[in-house]
Amino acid sequence: MNPLGVAGGVLQAVVIVGGAPLVVGLMRQIRARLEGRAGAGVAQPWRDLRKQLRKQPASPRGTSEIYRSAPVLLVATTLVVAVVAPFVTTASALPAVADLFVVVALLALGTVMIALAGIDTGTAFGGMGASREVTILALVEPTVLVAIFALSVRAGSTNLSAIVGSVLDDPARLVSPASLLAAVALVVVIVAETGRLPVDNPATHLELTMVHEAMVLEYAGPDLALVELGSAMRLSVYLGLLANLFVPWGVATGPGVAALAVGVAAFAVKVTLLAAALALAEVFLAKLRLFRVPELLAGSFLLALLSVTTAYVLV
Amino acid sequence: MTTFAEPAPPRRARLTLTPGELPGHAAELLDQGFRLALVGGHDDRPAGGGLRVVHLFTDPTTDTRTELHVPLDPATPHVPSLAALSFPAGRFERETRDLFGIVPDGHPLPRRLVRHFHWPRGWYPMRSDAGPPSAFGDVDGPYPFRTVDGAGVYEIPVGPVHAGMIGPGHFRFSVVGETVLKLKARLWFVHRGIEKHVEGRAPADALPIAERISGDTTVGHALAFCQAVEEATGALVGADARVVRAVLLELERLHNHAADIGALCNDVGHGILNAHALRVREQLLRVNDRVSGHRLLRGAVVLGGTATVRLPDPAELAGIAADVAEIVDLALGHSVVRDRFAGTAALTQQQAADLGTLGYVARASGLTADARFDHPTVAGLPRHPSRVDARGDVLARFLIRAEEFADSVAMISALVARPAAAAADHDQPQPARGTASGVGIVEGWRGTIVHRVELGPEGTVRRLKVVDPSFLNWPALPVALTGSIVPDFPLVNKSFNLSYAGNDL
Repeated sequence: MNPLGVAGGVLQAVVIVGGAPLVVGLMRQIRARLEGRAGAGVAQPWRDLRKQLRKQPASPRGTSEIYRSAPVLLVATTLVVAVVAPFVTTASALPAVADLFVVVALLALGTVMIALAGIDTGTAFGGMGASREVTILALVEPTVLVAIFALSVRAGSTNLSAIVGSVLDDPARLVSPASLLAAVALVVVIVAETGRLPVDNPATHLELTMVHEAMVLEYAGPDLALVELGSAMRLSVYLGLLANLFVPWGVATGPGVAALAVGVAAFAVKVTLLAAALALAEVFLAKLRLFRVPELLAGSFLLALLSVTTAYVLV
Repeated sequence: MTTFAEPAPPRRARLTLTPGELPGHAAELLDQGFRLALVGGHDDRPAGGGLRVVHLFTDPTTDTRTELHVPLDPATPHVPSLAALSFPAGRFERETRDLFGIVPDGHPLPRRLVRHFHWPRGWYPMRSDAGPPSAFGDVDGPYPFRTVDGAGVYEIPVGPVHAGMIGPGHFRFSVVGETVLKLKARLWFVHRGIEKHVEGRAPADALPIAERISGDTTVGHALAFCQAVEEATGALVGADARVVRAVLLELERLHNHAADIGALCNDVGHGILNAHALRVREQLLRVNDRVSGHRLLRGAVVLGGTATVRLPDPAELAGIAADVAEIVDLALGHSVVRDRFAGTAALTQQQAADLGTLGYVARASGLTADARFDHPTVAGLPRHPSRVDARGDVLARFLIRAEEFADSVAMISALVARPAAAAADHDQPQPARGTASGVGIVEGWRGTIVHRVELGPEGTVRRLKVVDPSFLNWPALPVALTGSIVPDFPLVNKSFNLSYAGNDL
């Protein structure tokens, strides 16, 4: 555990917790402006969180500890990823945890907890949302693993910091077929995992069409604030991973306040640009029929598989 | 200068039958192609009579309106059920039983329909001696939903309170995986007593109530009510006023169809087109405001004529129609939107005809019912053969709206361009004064609206019976949905866009 890793870890946590709701606000604002609406402003998600945190906690009768612990676990697992993965600096506070498999497992754990909480409410919507979410999760997780694994082949390590570092050492490999295929596959699964169009519509009020929202319909007050914060953090974490795996420049590799400052700025710019691109694309998209979603995800898995294959074949 | 031959006045026939004679006459009329447009209960006891049921049949080809009156003994009010002859008849009979206590004998599904679960047993709100609404009393006994058995079948209850700003309705889905095996819609949560409320009022005082039956169908209901009263009193309506009324009816169709086109896109997550459709709708509401002084056209139709400020500008409407056509093209050109619409929740022509559906739901399934042409009040309106491939799916219901939007704008342009009539020459002949009952049939934007009015000797409304197309179209929704998937329901529901308020009077 080196001092840079600790400092970077704290910094990453602060940046992601503070910035994630702003990223969501930015995406909503971009969409509003492109649709000709004024929009609520970039800071609106933070205002919503403040409002919800002040409310009295309430949970449905008959729910168990799973329901109450899921929001905390969702935020906690995402926070661990935010601390250890290479976002601002490649020096990780806990290098052993900054591993591809650990990070993916942590993120999946949060999703599974929310799905279990959805079932725990005993409502039809909770169960329905959980069923859909797990269907999507089962198709998404292998794709994430395989796609990032393709990138780890060259680096010779599944440690995310090592992968990012190796790209910095040899930028030419970014234009390799393996890398490009993995990038496309990752974009698709990030869209699915974070509940964006065309897989899920985060703006709808129609319970029967929901995936993520259906599971968390019963949450209110501070619990809802945690769920929303956790969801926002997951979006930023996924976008940050995508950014640093394929465009790692700016990430701090050595000690120094200036390097860390550059790292923070570069991370913020990259995530903002990716989020803006995602919001822009969403304006032109419509939501797929639910039964077409597996086709889309199967396609992305195929790309990830091809990516691994080419990583071994086209050395 | 073109002159238009005025449409012939509707032919009316009235027969008084014993209960035993009813099924034979009804079967004969239905065989001749008549549609059962309305069934209304009557309580004539204050006027010295008994109970009475009126069946109104309409013939779309000859505009004949035949009424079958069946007086009943108040002690044992029974009529033979017509449910085996006509599905809508069975629904009307359940409604009449719930409101008047008139029992249909031999009904295959003698369950309550409009009765609220908590109304006291034996309380029939439309009877003259019903009194004010009593406190919720003995409930009417359990009314369980039919459960679907089988491995993995589960139920999703939705409503009656919904996330959107719509009326109350409870939907019970029986689902396996995501596939809907059965949907049961239970409505009638907010009976407002509108038909009771207008009783004893002068027609001019009842009109504002009729106008507010369903907020999005202001002109449709106001016009149907006015036509019914005008027929009952023998009042003449000038040709110019009838032209303006036809224009108002189309203006109402325009803003509702524009909103629906956008809402259908929004329900598949393509919000940008909804934003544009709402912009178009706002323009149309402003047109309405300039035409009538009210954005939703309230107060524009009055007894004996209209109260408008000016006529709409056809050039402005043509520009709006071009915008809508572009929105529709963009929607259909989007492969995902098209995929979501096409083949979703198809209602076959046979099903649509059997259920007695009306309006765009019927026309999207290949039926031609349209009161503007079947029961004309304005001459020379060309009936466009529908260009829509009548598959009865969401796409067909989307396309029929787009087509009707364009046709309505063309219709308004043609109507506005007509020369002012020399008033007396073109007055539509009306039946002699003193029939004291009248029928108004109007093609509202959702479909055919029928009002039937009976006036007392002092000229007040003795009975108003209202049939909104939603009453006949609601049963089509579960039929069309069977076999669809749960996440498609909101889209399918929007494609029908049925009224809760018009259904539950």
